[in-house]
Amino acid sequence: MTEWDEPIGALVRPYAVTRGRTRPRLDIALEALVETTVRGRTAGSRETSAHGREQQYIAALCDGRLQSLAEIAARMQLPLGVARVLIADMAAEGLVAVYEPTSFDESDDALGTELLERVLSGLRRL
Amino acid sequence: MTSAKIVIAGGFGVGKTTLVGSVSEITPLTTEAIMTSAGEGVDDTRQVPGKTTTTVAMDFGRISIDRDLILYLFGTPGQTRFWFMWDELVRGAIGAVVLVDTRRLADCFAAIDFFEHRRLPYLVAINCFDGVQYHNGDDVRDALAISADVPVVTCDARNRESTKQVLISLVEYVLSMRRQRTGAPA
Repeated sequence: MTEWDEPIGALVRPYAVTRGRTRPRLDIALEALVETTVRGRTAGSRETSAHGREQQYIAALCDGRLQSLAEIAARMQLPLGVARVLIADMAAEGLVAVYEPTSFDESDDALGTELLERVLSGLRRL
Repeated sequence: MTSAKIVIAGGFGVGKTTLVGSVSEITPLTTEAIMTSAGEGVDDTRQVPGKTTTTVAMDFGRISIDRDLILYLFGTPGQTRFWFMWDELVRGAIGAVVLVDTRRLADCFAAIDFFEHRRLPYLVAINCFDGVQYHNGDDVRDALAISADVPVVTCDARNRESTKQVLISLVEYVLSMRRQRTGAPA
């Protein structure tokens, strides 16, 4: 267990599964939804060396049920940044679809208001 | 298909994860972020000399609003000095719930400052531990020096109905602010 206490190694090791890359090909929000594509499902069933164990796990996790980046990272016990790199790679290869969240930052637009009304009625139905 | 998020802030031990868990359809999960060099200059690491990396944990839950709309509730990391994670948390959020324990009111000052600075709509929810309310809403509003339009509500974070009402109040508040800005009828 002592290896977890190493101050410098702790930064490097999680990124081993991304072959050391820390910058994702695509910026994915915490709450962005990920869904495995048909291509991702078939690629996952074949034991190809191009797709690592982690990618196969993600493909299985998001097959038929949408999961956010945060959920995937939490369920795989991977740091967010690592999961983000893996998912961005899979999205670039067409193995998963990434659905971006609706941003409420600067939008006074009708779309945001409509979505808020849907959230409100959804909460009231709970 | 899309998602949205609400941020749940407040001091350590105030009941953020309890609140998330009371309405979430999943057992609250914990996700971790490692502060890399990207946090330098943004985050103040001077107070932790010799520390090169930091792990920040956040608890979160999920509510399926519709088949094509999922709402996430993200608890802020306990340590308010890790602003790099707060930036990501508030980006695009609907708004925030600042959960307060009136016995430790000062614990939420940093969160309120942050949301005001980022212009993120928020409300204050007084978590009534054991059903006891130590101060009334107006006292809390005065003590926090927040503007008159910020809602101050009371809740029991353990109770699903109560948490539901807090979230409803927040979304109603955000909607009313939007309508004011756009001049649309309420």
